[in-house]
Amino acid sequence: MQKNEVKKSNENILMRMVRNQMFIPLLALAVLAIFNLIADPSVFKITLSENSAGNPVLSGLLITVLDNGSELAILAIGMTLVTAASGGQDISVGAAVAIAGSVLLRMLCGGNSRPEELAMPIIVAFLISCVVAMLFGAFNGVLVAYFKIQPMIATLILYTAGRSIAAWINNNELPVITDPGLSYFGGFIPGIPIPTPFFIAMICVLIMFLVLKFTNLGLYTQAVGINENSSRLNGLNPQIIKIISFVILGLCVAVVGLIKVSRVQSINYSVIAKDIEMDAILAVALGGNALSGGKFNMAASIFGAYVIQFLTQTLYKFKVSADALPAYKAVVVIILVVISAPTVKEWFGKMTKKFKVKEVA
Amino acid sequence: MLKKKVAMLLAVAMVAATVVGCGGGDKETTDTPADDATTDAPADDAADDTADDAADDAADDAADDTADDAADDTEAPASGETIKVGIINNDPNESGYRTANDKDLKEKFTAENGYEATFQYSMKNDEQIAYAQNMLTEGIDYLLLSAADTAGWDTVLQDAADAGTKVILFDRVIDADESLYEASIVSDMAEEGNKAVTWLADQGLDEYNIIHIQGVMGSAAQQGRTGALDEKVAAEDSWKLVTQQTAEWNAEKAQQIVQSVIDSGEKFNVIYAENDDMAKGAVAALDAANISHGVDGEVIIMGFDCNKWALEELLAGKWNYDGQCNPFQSDYIDDVIKSLEAGEEIAEKTIIMDEKGFDAKTITQEDVENFGI
Repeated sequence: MQKNEVKKSNENILMRMVRNQMFIPLLALAVLAIFNLIADPSVFKITLSENSAGNPVLSGLLITVLDNGSELAILAIGMTLVTAASGGQDISVGAAVAIAGSVLLRMLCGGNSRPEELAMPIIVAFLISCVVAMLFGAFNGVLVAYFKIQPMIATLILYTAGRSIAAWINNNELPVITDPGLSYFGGFIPGIPIPTPFFIAMICVLIMFLVLKFTNLGLYTQAVGINENSSRLNGLNPQIIKIISFVILGLCVAVVGLIKVSRVQSINYSVIAKDIEMDAILAVALGGNALSGGKFNMAASIFGAYVIQFLTQTLYKFKVSADALPAYKAVVVIILVVISAPTVKEWFGKMTKKFKVKEVA
Repeated sequence: MLKKKVAMLLAVAMVAATVVGCGGGDKETTDTPADDATTDAPADDAADDTADDAADDAADDAADDTADDAADDTEAPASGETIKVGIINNDPNESGYRTANDKDLKEKFTAENGYEATFQYSMKNDEQIAYAQNMLTEGIDYLLLSAADTAGWDTVLQDAADAGTKVILFDRVIDADESLYEASIVSDMAEEGNKAVTWLADQGLDEYNIIHIQGVMGSAAQQGRTGALDEKVAAEDSWKLVTQQTAEWNAEKAQQIVQSVIDSGEKFNVIYAENDDMAKGAVAALDAANISHGVDGEVIIMGFDCNKWALEELLAGKWNYDGQCNPFQSDYIDDVIKSLEAGEEIAEKTIIMDEKGFDAKTITQEDVENFGI
């Protein structure tokens, strides 16, 4: 009798683990890590060295992943909320990053494309770009919430026009900023060997965590995503919740714009943050969140973002040419979508039941 | 209800702002071409096909009007009759190359130089054909064409021949019988690559371990610049590609590719990036790892396109080489028109422009001013 109970609880732990949302991203991470280790045992070595400015920096594959995955993690925060609330995805984030970056540079340059001095403090320029990006987010949100346009179609407008708008903001010029202050956000702060983007991502994660913990945003968002009508009958305003989610994504976009611009101290409107929306959506999917909205797990999305960057960086390491990368990512997407499809889930359910029945027999 | 109305108004206002913003932008940039702009080579328009049509049309109409007005205002110069040219080009917003190209044409075909020019821009072949037909109906002496696509031009060119309009192609070639146009002025992408590779060979390194960062695969610029290097690597034992990947003209991707090579600990001493942006990204990765580059550095940095900022890097000795894709075609076109007007025959229909390559050791401030785009 007792033995049986122990067995049952063991089974439960296993089942719970598999059911847990973090299971898929963790599994993906484990597969990637093993794959990397087999190919090159020293792959996870991290070394402390100096960069050309004489400041200490950490380097190694893991650091590169944490560094370059940060933008994706930040976008995944906003994308998770948008997905949960609206049951759709924003495909304009790449174009919106171009706009935010362009506004930032325009403010820093003050119209002169090769400024000797910054026209205003970076923080002020950043806040202005935040406002602009949030306005564009609100624009998407209004289309989705009030006009009931499918999110992907609504954001297609900005996806198409965004990069042209970004080019227009700077008169199609290519400002180059030489001030070292700007380079800190996408590089290293002198004396701190950990890449700044990782810090920025962690700050965003912390803020989001606190917001979800101390406000009802998470609950309301899920309620709207699960059933808009019943949430309205319970006194929520689904429109406002949806718009808020798009505005928060806009804020994330502005932060990413700052990091991206800081990395190259400049901007190229047609390629900055290109196809990043696909990675951000993939992060949400990899985190086990339903792309049709409703319940979400923020931590899983953020974790998923870093796993995707790990995948990208691994593919670079194995010299898979960059234009074949999307094909590999597509394979991951297909596997995820198939696993989470209702028919497959049902089938899994049946199989486990059969298995249990057999065991009992 | 009130909230709904407010939201609707807001949405309408934003849509309007978007459209107007775009249209205004296009117009503004056609009026004042940028001194220095984004990079990219001539043939990678596809990368940036995203401009919205509505705004484009509006801008085109506006540009058309201003061009017409300007033409009406200025009477023919005293020296002789004006030559009417219709110029169909790709959108100057497409890339820094195109902006420089458009600026160059605008400066050449002025009333002072005896021309009456009409400009039309589109990155779509069918729109370009429609513009060409309009121009032919209005009557022009010369049609200057940088076609968006190679196919579909036969009828238009036949119409032009019937109307007595002479056609000169610039920058792009098309699939049409040679008898239908007078001359074709093109960049030689393979020559750009050859020049760069020859320069690299002249550096006399013991061994060449090259990180090759490619542009968007399949574009003419990528093929020309890759081809020369591939040949050389196949021919020489001491030349080795450490990695050969496309970063799609993107600085960040280039940075990640170089970063991954540095992380793997493989040795390299040359970075051959097919445009300036990607070279810049690669250099950012080197700086983070404290690897010296440029003149007297461990790693040779090579870029293409000759952006002004890139030439400044050369001047500062941080890069070694920058190859040009010549956007200044107006002089060549002008020469062709002058000789045709004088009744001369054009001996060689395909005119290949000189391409320059700059070495950090020999570049001067004047080069930066004259050839930076």
